[in-house]
Amino acid sequence: MSAVPESRSRKPGRNSARAPGSRLIGAALSRLGFSGRSLVIAIPGVWLLLFFLLPLLVVAKISLSEAAIARPPYLPLWEWSEGFLNVRLNLGNYLFLLDDPLYIAAYVESVRIAAISTLITLMIGYPMAYLIARSAPETRNILLMLVILPFWTSFLLRVYAWIGFLKANGIINNFLMSLGIINDPLVMLQTDFAVYVGIVYTYLPFMILPLYANLVKLDISLFEASADLGARPLTTFFTVTLPLSVNGIIAGCMLVFIPAVGEFVIPALLGGPDTLMIGRVLWDEFFSNRDWPIASAVAIVMLFVLLIPIMLLRRVQAADEEVEG
Amino acid sequence: MKSRSRLLQMVGLLGFIFLYAPILSLVIYSFNESKLVTVWGGFSTRWYGELFRDPQILGAAWISVKIAFLSASIAIVIGTLASFVLIRFARFRAKSLLSMLITAPLVMPEVIIGLSLLLLFVAMEGVIGWPGGRGLVTIIIAHSTFGAAYAAVVIQSRLVDMDLSIEEAAQDLGAKPVRVFFDITLPVIAPALVSAWLLAFTLSLDDLVIASFVSGPGASTLPMVIFSKVRLGVSPDVNALATIIIGLVSLGVIVAALQMNRSKRQSEQR
Repeated sequence: MSAVPESRSRKPGRNSARAPGSRLIGAALSRLGFSGRSLVIAIPGVWLLLFFLLPLLVVAKISLSEAAIARPPYLPLWEWSEGFLNVRLNLGNYLFLLDDPLYIAAYVESVRIAAISTLITLMIGYPMAYLIARSAPETRNILLMLVILPFWTSFLLRVYAWIGFLKANGIINNFLMSLGIINDPLVMLQTDFAVYVGIVYTYLPFMILPLYANLVKLDISLFEASADLGARPLTTFFTVTLPLSVNGIIAGCMLVFIPAVGEFVIPALLGGPDTLMIGRVLWDEFFSNRDWPIASAVAIVMLFVLLIPIMLLRRVQAADEEVEG
Repeated sequence: MKSRSRLLQMVGLLGFIFLYAPILSLVIYSFNESKLVTVWGGFSTRWYGELFRDPQILGAAWISVKIAFLSASIAIVIGTLASFVLIRFARFRAKSLLSMLITAPLVMPEVIIGLSLLLLFVAMEGVIGWPGGRGLVTIIIAHSTFGAAYAAVVIQSRLVDMDLSIEEAAQDLGAKPVRVFFDITLPVIAPALVSAWLLAFTLSLDDLVIASFVSGPGASTLPMVIFSKVRLGVSPDVNALATIIIGLVSLGVIVAALQMNRSKRQSEQR
């Protein structure tokens, strides 16, 4: 690749100011002996290999080493001594996870809480997505913006808002007591219920958006055909709409379920001391116990737990791309 | 039929109330005189005053803005290059790997991203002596990586929709690929770049978990300060802070929406 010759006539326009920059970059690259193409691939490629894939391999490595009181707090996995490479593979961390009922319980709890929250999110998100997809184009854009707007405001502050709603002298209890419906405040904060509410609330946009994208593409004539053939609206919904929106449902559910399993902020702020979620266990292993190898092993097992949902999501997204492409 | 669509509208309305009631409550109670956040004690702006006199919060906010600005800028460069490669380049061997790497941070739990990057930084420091300690630089790297993943989603969808014929015309007229990119592609996808930058900026400003892992002493971001305050219970100055953030975000989104509407109308008139 060579620099763009100076003499080439340029079309006038507001973009011409950018040309010298591109010329310079092109010249610099060709002098360094790079083909532009491989450099364009290399920049994001190397960055992601270095700061995304390699870190996961480091976690896998440290999950196999032994904890020690040192800086950093683990023993090296391999060492050169007297010309030999000594490799010390230590499966003890994984055996420890299997042995201690706390960890297994935390995995089961996380999956259970995430699954229930995902189901509730679907129940709320589906009608909302359907409503948005079926409304007039102008209203549609406003409603979509209303769904996305909370996503742009701080996640942490939206979780925080629920503390004020759910606590003993919080908004909900004050309201119910002033109406005389209850006499004593309900215990809602620091329970699993609060965690469900927090997850459903913060992840609702992740459910609505893929569902909407799917529902808005459905061919109206299919519903009309179904109605013309005498199907009732509910029959049409279960035999036409629902099967056609399966990909949207899977995508939305996975986008809620996967991050919910590893969630830390919501159980930490809204959950009780006995709300065991694996993200919180990992956090405590790392920050309180300073046991890096165990924290790494917890992370690797979490990855394996999430492998199936992640693959499911990728398959649905790949299928969508094929339809569009 | 009529009653059913009425029912659907009711559900939708309840859904939107569910989305907005907590946010509204934050705003309303930020003007509460009482220190008991949920008991109304009269209108007051005293918590805003306290907020602006709190050096810890102000310092953390400044650190967060710096990190968000730099990481969003790096994120759109990486995101744009990755998107361009994935959408425009012919198949090559590592293409599916790149596609996987750029989307994977979207579905990776934050605790794993945070832990893995911290362990990488510690290991790198042991091997090559860089980065010396943890702080702003390590947070910026971490945020750029997941910001790039979100930026790539936004930019890819714009690149897919883009009319290829302009790029082809430029190429036919003899423009080199680099020049086509800077003169044609970049201006066309500019609106997507702006929204991608804003998205990465917001996500960085908002992140607690990853920053907590890769941060070091002296680099407490705003979410880290808020989290330590909130963990001890509700505090009215956090409500004031939330109101300011909500105000800024709503303003930004409304301006962006108006801008998009106007440019859409202009392109329709043409």
